[in-house]
Amino acid sequence: MRGVLIAATASFETDRALRLSPQVGLRPEPFGALAYHFDSRRLVFLKSQELVELVQALSRHRTAADAVSAAPSTHSPASYIAALASLEEAGVICEQ
Amino acid sequence: MSSSTPALVDQLKSGLDAPICLTWELTYACNLECVHCLSSSGRRDQRELSTAEARRVIDELRDLQVFYVNIGGGEPLVRRDFFEILEYSIDNHVGVKFSTNGYLLDQAKADHLATLDNVDVQLSLDGADAATNDPIRGEGSYAAVRRAIDNLGRAGFENFKISVVATRHNVSQMDAFEQLAGDHGAELRVTRLRPSGRGADVYHELRLTQPQQVDLYHWLLARPHVLTGDSFFHLSALGEPLPGLNLCGAGRVVCLIDPVGDVYACPFVIHDEFLAGNVRSPGGFRRVWTQSELFGALREPDNPGACASCGSYDACGGGCLATKFFTGLPLAGPDPDCVFGNADDALSGIDPQSVPRASQDHSKPARTKVVLTRKG
Repeated sequence: MRGVLIAATASFETDRALRLSPQVGLRPEPFGALAYHFDSRRLVFLKSQELVELVQALSRHRTAADAVSAAPSTHSPASYIAALASLEEAGVICEQ
Repeated sequence: MSSSTPALVDQLKSGLDAPICLTWELTYACNLECVHCLSSSGRRDQRELSTAEARRVIDELRDLQVFYVNIGGGEPLVRRDFFEILEYSIDNHVGVKFSTNGYLLDQAKADHLATLDNVDVQLSLDGADAATNDPIRGEGSYAAVRRAIDNLGRAGFENFKISVVATRHNVSQMDAFEQLAGDHGAELRVTRLRPSGRGADVYHELRLTQPQQVDLYHWLLARPHVLTGDSFFHLSALGEPLPGLNLCGAGRVVCLIDPVGDVYACPFVIHDEFLAGNVRSPGGFRRVWTQSELFGALREPDNPGACASCGSYDACGGGCLATKFFTGLPLAGPDPDCVFGNADDALSGIDPQSVPRASQDHSKPARTKVVLTRKG
C-alpha cells in the first residue's frame, strides 16, 4: 500500500483556487477519510475530520488561504497548509 | 496533524467500516499447478458464484465505497464471464487489479484491456529465467508470461505489474526483475512466500534464509517504488520501516472472498478457523464484514505473547498471522521468519502432523503415468 501521507512539502502557494480532484474518491472513516486516486492508484489517509471538511470546502473558496482561514481552529493554519501541500503532491487536490 | 483521535494505526487495527481493499478469488480453476499456490487451486468448484451473484457482490462493494478489488484465483481468465465481471466492476467505480499467469492473455485481450480505465494487470513470474521460474510455476510458464508481457507492451498498456513471490532461488534476481519491468514500462511487485495452500509443502525449502531476508530488506528500502502489498512488514524489525502500513490487516482492513463466496480474514488463511461467513447469506458481504464474531475478535488489540519482551514488537507487530498459523506456531508470538530468529526454537519443536492444513484443496489429482504396452 503506497501513498501513506507522511510529510508536507515547502513552496505551496496558498493564493490559488483548489478543489478535490475529480479522479479521487473520498470515503468517510472514523479517523477522517480514505482518499483513493483512480488514476495513480494511490491511497491517502486524511487523518482528521477537520481536514476532510477543509478539502470538501476548497471549491467554495476563491483561494486555499481563504478556505484555511474559514476552517475550525482545532488545528493551526500552518498544519492545514502542510496537509494541503501533501495532498496536492499526492494528487488528491488540484487547481480549479 | 495533531488530533485527539487515536493514532491512525490503532484506528486501522480496530477495523474500518469497509475493507480498504479486498482480494476476490474468482475461481479455483487454473491451467497451472504452481507449487506454492496459496489457494491450492486447480479444479473448478461447482459451487462457484454465478455471474449474477458476482454482480451482486460488486453492487455491495460499490455501496461500501471499496475503491478496488484484487482479483485472482485460480486463473481468473479461465472464467468465460471474466470481462463481463471486470467491466461491470469498473463501470461501478470499483477498480480492478487482477493477477494472471498470462497464458490466456493474447493480443486481442491485451488490446481490449488497454482501452479500459481503472484496470491493473499483475503478471505472475517467479524467476528471471525459465530455469528458475518453471520448476515453481510449471513447464512453459516462463515463455507464456513473456508473451503476455510483450502483448501488453504492444497494446500500449502502461504500468502493468510484474509480480514476484520472493523465494530462496529467485531473491538474487531482483535486479533482473527490476530491469525486465523497466524495459517494458511495467512496475515490479515483490511479495512474501507464505505457507498457505500448497505453499505449506514448499515453505521450508523455498523461504528466504536469514541473510537473504536482510539483503531483501535493504534492497526494498532503497527502492520505495517497488510494490510489496505490504507483505514484508516483519522485516521492518530490522530498522527503518518499509513503506506501507506495517500491520497485519486481516479482518481489519483486508479480507478474502473465495470463489464460492466464503469470506476469510485474509487471502492467506483459507481455513475454517478464519472463515467469517458467506456473501450468499442474508445481509451479504456487509453483514459479514461488520457483524462476524471472528472479525470482531481480530479487531481487538494484539496480544504480543512471547514477543512482549522484544524491543522491536512495535515495528513488526509479531509478523504475519497466516504464516504463524500454517507453520503451527502460536498466533501470539513471533513469525517463523522473525529477523532475530526468535521463532527458531519453537519451530524446531513442532510436530509436522499437528500443523493445520488449508480447509479447501482444489489441486488436480496427481497424474498417474499411463504406460502403453502392446500385448503379444
